[in-house]
Amino acid sequence: MKFLCLACDAVMAFAERQLPGDGTLTAVFTCPDCKREMALLTNPMETQMITSLGVEIGGRTVPPQPMQQTRMGLDSPLEDAFEAPTTPPAADGPVTWSVEATERLENVPRFVRGMVKRIYGEYAMEREIRVITPEVMDRARTDLGLEDM
Amino acid sequence: MSHETGSELLEQVLGQRARVSARLDTIGAVIAVASGKGGVGKSAVTANLAVSLARRGARVGVVDADLNGPSLGRMLGLLGSKLVDGSEGVLPPAGADGVLGMSSELLLQEDAPLRWKGPDSDRFIWQGVTEAAMLREFLSDVVWGELDYLLVDIPPGTDKIGRFLDLVPTPAGVLVVTIPSEVALSVVSRSVTSLREAGVESIGIVGNMSGYTSPDAEQPLPLFSGDGIRRLTESTGLELWAEIPFDPGMGSRTDRGDPAGASDDSVFGRAFQALADRVEQGVGGREVAP
Repeated sequence: MKFLCLACDAVMAFAERQLPGDGTLTAVFTCPDCKREMALLTNPMETQMITSLGVEIGGRTVPPQPMQQTRMGLDSPLEDAFEAPTTPPAADGPVTWSVEATERLENVPRFVRGMVKRIYGEYAMEREIRVITPEVMDRARTDLGLEDM
Repeated sequence: MSHETGSELLEQVLGQRARVSARLDTIGAVIAVASGKGGVGKSAVTANLAVSLARRGARVGVVDADLNGPSLGRMLGLLGSKLVDGSEGVLPPAGADGVLGMSSELLLQEDAPLRWKGPDSDRFIWQGVTEAAMLREFLSDVVWGELDYLLVDIPPGTDKIGRFLDLVPTPAGVLVVTIPSEVALSVVSRSVTSLREAGVESIGIVGNMSGYTSPDAEQPLPLFSGDGIRRLTESTGLELWAEIPFDPGMGSRTDRGDPAGASDDSVFGRAFQALADRVEQGVGGREVAP
């Protein structure tokens, strides 16, 4: 799926994705030549179709996480189906969590908590952030476009 | 003119397939247990075959692809086991005889049907796609490691066989489970046709509930009046890999998470011995690291 700027005969590039929380999705595309913008708006059904395919318009901001679709989409899950490894994954490396960030993580449903923790851990590792704080979590949500997490 | 949009949706889908392929690369043989017909005992055959192979020293995993009617979590004694968030993916629990397993039973609250978040209307439009994604994640996101066999229990419906083959186009083999009834014959024949059209080369018939037996019986007694198993092998030209009689005691053991498989010299045990022999000899696959 591509959008073409007819005036410039150029493929428009993805610029921004918005998930306002009502099931709709807005994806903004920009012409690389004339900078004209256009937006694709999907209704909840269309958004769900995209979600079901396991793809993200605009590309992935983080690699697909293990069983992400199942964990994000399943209704009535067994909350404690997943548990943390007895030895933390090496991917955590030297990253530690502040008390406040740990408390905030505790508010994430257990079914997806391990996956969410991993995403923040990888975000911090890539940016050489040693301590994950609520501020780091906020920044990651914005940077990574984690509106649905 | 650049054709990149920043989305690359096709590449994302191909990436999903590549992850399935990479994960299964360390598995000697992926074998589907299918039928097309419901109620023929596919899951019980899968569980008992899995433990039979494991007791021979094989490393065995089981995927319960029956997402809406899962039972292998229970049959393999996995209920209550946790999935572990490992660095390479989700670590599956080990059940009976060390068989690794993944089932939607491990993810759902007791008595909760498989349901998805999303718009309430017209769920049929996207639900099938979502379930296909769940099966894909069972294959690609679970750390199966080096296995000799990964058995995949396919739910009823010839379309479900196609869904599996979309993800695993060249399984080492497919066991087609049937029972003697005439009704099963017509349905299972369609499944065989779809498997052949998909180019699956190694297909074996498993005649389940071929009779009625008990641990002390020397010969099984007839259970169905039909002759569907023999007729299926004749009409399809496929080989009968095993005939498995119904043994209530063994059925109870399977239901309790303690499948007997080829554990003794009973008629039931000998049947699974024969099936395990046939799988070892007749299914393709490749060598994996010891």
